[in-house]
This record gives sequence, C-alpha cells and structure tokens, in this order.
Amino acid sequence: MLKYILKRLGVAIPTMLILIVFSFVLMRLAPGGPFSSERPLPPQVLANVNAKFGLDQPWHIQLWEYMVGILTRFDFGPSFAYTDRSVNDIIAQGFPVTFTYGTWSFILAVLVGCTLGIAAAVRHNSWLDYFAVGTSIGAQVLPNFVMAPILVIVFTLWLGWLPGGGWRGGQWPYVIMPVIALGTSYMASIARITRSSMLEVLGSNFIRTARAKGMPPIRIIVRHALKPALMPLLSYLGPAFVGMVTGSVVIDVYFSTGGIGQLFTNSAFNRDYSVIMGITILLGALTITFNLLVDILYAWIDPRIRY
Amino acid sequence: MTRTTKLLAALAATTCLVAPAMAANVPDGATLADDQSFTYRILDEFTSPDPQIVEDVSGSEIVRDLFEGLINQDADGNPVPGVATEWSSNEDFTEWTFTLRDNAVWSDGEPVTAHDFVYAWKRLVDPATASPYAWFGELMSLDNASAIIAGEAEVDDLGVEAVDDHTLVARLSAPLPHFYMMMSHASTFPAPQWVIEEHGDQWTRPGNIVTNGAYILTEHVPQERSVREKSETYWDAENTVIETVTALVINDENQALTRFMAGELDRTEVPIGQFPRLEEEYPDTAISIPTLCTYYYNFNLRDNGPEATHDERVRQALSYAIDRDVIVNQVLQAGQTPAYVFAPVGMANMDTPNVEYENWTQAERDARAVELLAEAGYGPDGESLQLGILYNTSDAHRQLATVVGQMWEQKLGVQTTLENMEWNTFLDSRENGDFDVSRGGWCADYNDPSTFLDLFQTTSGYNDAKYSNTDVDAMLNEAKGLEDAADINRQIEEIVAVEMPIIPVYHYANAYMLNPQIQDWPVNNLEANWYSKDLYKIAE
Repeated sequence: MLKYILKRLGVAIPTMLILIVFSFVLMRLAPGGPFSSERPLPPQVLANVNAKFGLDQPWHIQLWEYMVGILTRFDFGPSFAYTDRSVNDIIAQGFPVTFTYGTWSFILAVLVGCTLGIAAAVRHNSWLDYFAVGTSIGAQVLPNFVMAPILVIVFTLWLGWLPGGGWRGGQWPYVIMPVIALGTSYMASIARITRSSMLEVLGSNFIRTARAKGMPPIRIIVRHALKPALMPLLSYLGPAFVGMVTGSVVIDVYFSTGGIGQLFTNSAFNRDYSVIMGITILLGALTITFNLLVDILYAWIDPRIRY
Repeated sequence: MTRTTKLLAALAATTCLVAPAMAANVPDGATLADDQSFTYRILDEFTSPDPQIVEDVSGSEIVRDLFEGLINQDADGNPVPGVATEWSSNEDFTEWTFTLRDNAVWSDGEPVTAHDFVYAWKRLVDPATASPYAWFGELMSLDNASAIIAGEAEVDDLGVEAVDDHTLVARLSAPLPHFYMMMSHASTFPAPQWVIEEHGDQWTRPGNIVTNGAYILTEHVPQERSVREKSETYWDAENTVIETVTALVINDENQALTRFMAGELDRTEVPIGQFPRLEEEYPDTAISIPTLCTYYYNFNLRDNGPEATHDERVRQALSYAIDRDVIVNQVLQAGQTPAYVFAPVGMANMDTPNVEYENWTQAERDARAVELLAEAGYGPDGESLQLGILYNTSDAHRQLATVVGQMWEQKLGVQTTLENMEWNTFLDSRENGDFDVSRGGWCADYNDPSTFLDLFQTTSGYNDAKYSNTDVDAMLNEAKGLEDAADINRQIEEIVAVEMPIIPVYHYANAYMLNPQIQDWPVNNLEANWYSKDLYKIAE
C-alpha cells in the first residue's frame, strides 16, 4: 500500500509540473496583458510597469524564476491587478471562505442526499421514493444561479431573516444561503447515485440470503447493504468535494463572499497571471490529493481491492 | 502696459482668492439620523488605496476620502481649497505656487507639508514605483516628467519644489492655464514618506496606513468590503458628519438592487433597462446624473481598414443614419443624452459647437445619408457594403451594436456582423486595428475638453481610429497654452464632425438608487467626484 502511495505521489510531481507549464504558456498566448485597459498605457509607462513585475524578461526566464520562487520560498509572486498584495495573501484570504462554505455544503449534500437515496431505495415505488426522486430532480434542474437570487429575495427582502451577502469572517447568518445554494444540486446527484446503487445491492443474492435468514431489515441495510452501495458514490464524492471547496463563481458573485471562485475567473479576465497560476496550482494539488484519498478509501472499504 | 502692471493683471487673473472650504453643510432645523453611516456598492475590488497607484473609479472615490489633495471640488465641480488655501501662477502659466494651510495633519499627528506633495509627485513618475498613472505627471507638464519616466533623468529633477513647509512650487515644461484643476485628481495627493519607507508595499493595510483626508481606512477585506471611519485629526473634522463609510463589493447589479431594497445599502447602480420603472416607483430614490463620458464608435482609418470607410462621405452617412434619440429614449432609458460631438456639452472651457447635422431632423439626416452613400458608390444602386462592429462582451454593448446595425441595414442597406470579444482580446484587436468599426468609451480626467479632444492628436495612444489631420494637431497644441481655448476647441469639434473619424453616440449618465436620507449628493458635479465628508444623513 505504501509503495502504491509513493508511486502515485511520484506521478503527481510531473503532473503538477506539466500543469504549471501548460497554464503558463496558455495564459501568455491569450491576447492582451495584465495592464491592458480602455486607456492604454503610454509605451514608456508600460515598460516601467512590465520591468517592475519582470514581464520584460523572456518567457522561459519568467517561468524559471516563478518556479524557483515557489520551490525555495513558497512565494507565488505579486498580484498584477492588486499590486500591494501577493498571491499568497490573496489565496490565504479567499480560500478559507470557499473552503468553509464548500465543506458545509458537502456535509449537507452527503447527509441529506444519502438519507434521501437510501430511503427511496428501501421504500422503492412508495410515496417516499417518489418524493425523493421528485425532490432530487427538482434540485438538479434548479441551477444555483436561479436558486441564489430566489433565496436572497425570500430570506433577505421578504422575510428579513438573513443578510443578502457578504461574509464577515464566516458568521453563520452569512454562511447559510451560500451553503444551501451550492449544496442543493450536489445533494440531488448524491441522492440519485445512492438510490440506484442501493437498489442494485438490495437486489443481489447476499442480501436475499440475509433476508431469508430472518435478519432485521435495519441490520441488513446498515451492516450489509450500505458499504457496497456507497462504493460508486465514493468515486463521485472525491471530485465533488474538490469542486465544492475550491468555490463556485456563481456563489461568490451572488453572495459577495470574497471567495476564490470569483477571483479565479476575474483574474483570468484581468490577465492577472500570477493569481491564475496560484489558483490553478491550488486546484491541481487538491484534485490530485483527493483522488488519491478516494483510491485509498476504496481499498479500505472494499477488501477485494488491493494495490 | 508696463511689465509691472501686466504682471499685476496676470496675478489678479490667476490668484484664487480663498473661498470657504467645503464640508457637510447641514441646514438649521435638519434632524440628523443617529446612524451616520453610508454604505454603497462597488462593482469590483478597487485597485489600491495608494494615491499614486490607484487607477479605477471606485478606488479614486475611496482615495478622495482617505487623502486630501491641494484642491477639492465643490458640489458643482468648482475648485475649492483642500490642503492649499490659495494658488497662483506666473504670467505665462508655467510656474504655479500653492500656499498650504498650517492646520492640516496626518492621522498620526504629523503636519502635512509641501514636502509630502513633492515626495508624492516624484513617487508618481519614478520608474521604481511603476505607477500605471505615471502619465498623469506628463499630462501635468511637470518639468522633466517624461524624461524621468523614460529613465533619462533623475527623479530629483522633477519640476516641483517645497520652498518651505507651506509653499509648493510646480514648474511646467509648457504653459498650462488649467493646471490647478488637475489638483483634485487622486494621483496628485500627498503621500507619507516615513510610513511608506517603514512598511513598503504593505503601507496601505489598515493599521499601517496613515492618511491626511477626512477618513482613515480601518478594515479592508479584499473582494468583500472596505470600511473607512472619520479621522479626528482631519483639519475640518468638526464639520464632517458621516462617521463610517463602507464599500461593499457586489458583482451582480441585480443582487445589489435587491440588497438596496432590503435596506443593506444606501447607494447602488440601476441595472440596465430598469430606470424608467424604478423612477416611477421610487421617484425620490432613483436618480440619473449626467457625467463627462462619451460612448462612440471608431472607424478604422488605417491602411488595413475597409476601403469604404476611408471615404468621408461613407463615414458621414453611417453617422447620420444612427437615430440617437431612439438609442437614448428607447434603448438606454436612463437619462443619457444624444451625442453629436465628442466632448460632452456643459464642460468648462467649451463653447457649444454648431455642428450642422445636429440641427437637422432625423428624416433629413437619413435622406442625406442615403445621398452620401450613393455618391460614394455604395448602397442599393452601387457596391454592397459590409461592416463588422467590434465590442467587448456585455449585454449593453451587444444591444447597442444590434440597434445600430439594424439602422444601417434598414436605412442604407449596409450589412453588419456583430463581433463580440472578451475584454482583453477586444482591447488587443482594437489597438492593433483589427476591426472595421469598434466601440469606444471615454471619460474625462478633469473638466476640460482637452481630455477628450487630445484623442484626435495623430500621435495619441488612445486614437484608436488612427485619425490624422495636421490642422487639428496644430490647433490642439495651440489650445494647450491658452487660458481661454473655448473657441479653438469648438473649431476642432466642428472639423471632426465633418471628417467623422468617430461616431459620437451618446453622453453617459449615472443612474443610481440613493437612499433619500443621504443629503447633498453632488448631482451637479459632472465629473461625478463626491466626498463623503460633504454628505450627511437626515432622520427618516
């Protein structure tokens, strides 16, 4: 197992390197630059600004210095759009925000989604099943950019219960609506996956045997059915978790949370090279880590899987 | 006239006799609200609270509260004393002297002196600062500014000097009669050298930052909120009523409107198309303020541009065929005004130009457009004409390009294709002349037509049409040295209205929802420069 983990980590390093080089080159190929504006800078002023940020150097030197900065000082460089802040500062401020609402959304989605999925499978073709399927399809088709404004109109404008946006260090009234808006569609997917995989497991021979032995239904579900039923879900949850904790543009834009989802797209539009790179590396590292974690979890849950 | 009397006459003409400085002007009998806070929406995170670095509008609004320059603007946009109590120039407007008040202090208790301005202005043009606004130093015509930016002269050679703590002298490389009007621009504001040297790039963080304006920055969460609170050390703190000003970053304007309706904001922009409804429902809240900006289309006059639009008659025809009244009254609907010339009407130092086509009815314009196009050999009986309209991704730009394209097609038979590009790609294409017709928007840096008309200079970096007329170049140069350039500015507009390198479409208006409790919003300040210290909030 240890050998397997080391091997995966060995592959992760060149993967990250390719990701960095690839994003670096793609970014530079995009037209425009971090200092383009409606009012183009006079050439001499632009030259001074480029010199300050090392953008006057050839690409390979810029890339080399960037890599050296990361590896020796863990320094992801300055932001070009917000020159008094470094990428490290920006991510340190934005990532905890998305991580917080993402984690809560994940917990909400898994708890509600699994419960709905299991209940629907166990009471197959009952009103509970129809309710669960209806709810999850409803949640799936209601995109978060529709959900978010509706939540704000209801809870902020009409009822006056919750603030319409902001973060304020993650105080709970500010967290509720982002969590609901982000978690709903994931919850729906989780419910559907759990339901179908549970139905499949409940129809298999070893469950029939357990039933025939007279084992109480609750025990069958918890002790025997749950674990194999959750296997397909697991491969969904890894990327879903990364997707949730690295933020959503829609949530950040509608709830003005200051998270990195919005920052990522804004920095792409602004050609804020170092911020795009910083967030890309963060996303890449998280994706690789969670995919590895999921694979390890597989082996732990299912004794048939051995690496 | 003897030299002495001439000098005296010039001095009388150029010395500002001190008017009372502005501050909140609460009338007797007004009941102030207990909560003197002002919370407003900004579209995006502002670039920096550093006066020499800031480059966006919302950043400049924040900097104007945090720092005070030599001169402020009153509610009508007129210059009023800021840190300077009076100012004067020599006879030919190449040397300006500012007398600084002796009661201005920084928020750490240090006095504000002329040296702080000298430091700031040198910092602005210093290549080491790499300020994107360094060009403002050139625009101010400060002696040696261009050479310093180009690295060909020492920073200390800049034409600015602190004669003593309270006397600042600026030496210019060219006469500039309206130099003093540039002093309300954020990049000319003073900077605390000792704080910047102690904290480096981090000097603008709350806790580090030291300011000389009516407010200090107490909280700044990038992408979310920034809070500025009344500074007790400000020389006019006694007359500053608003205690706390909060800028919230809200990207989505509809979401911002909902939050305004829920009482979370005192001011927000009106989303496109909603002004007529909001004005009807909330007449004392929805306001539209004309502002010094112009929306226009560039023709591509480079060699690679379409052959047809190199013909003046085709450019005129395309301009005449745009029904600007339909655009402002039926498409935009938020107080914008039709544009027939480039510089917005109402600017200082401008006589209203008498451009012929403005006085025609739209039917006359349309008829003339058809004639002109036929004369040039295009239209139904001539060669067919196809043009692309380039704009950056935005509903508003798309809507306008669609309407303009339809007008051209219906009236002139000109086929158009809409070319939508992401912002940076758009800028790149426009700068490189990779277009037929492209969208442009321009706002004044200061209240003088030169801020617009300079775009017609052959060498201007902002001349996206690549228009070139040696007469216009000469007139622009001549206008710079004149105290009253109104006549020459008018003539330039009249030439441009005939040669039509660009099509002016409309002059902007800012449509807001403003909490009616907030008083004295400077609705007549065409540059849209507002100072929180001049506002106050009355009880409901």
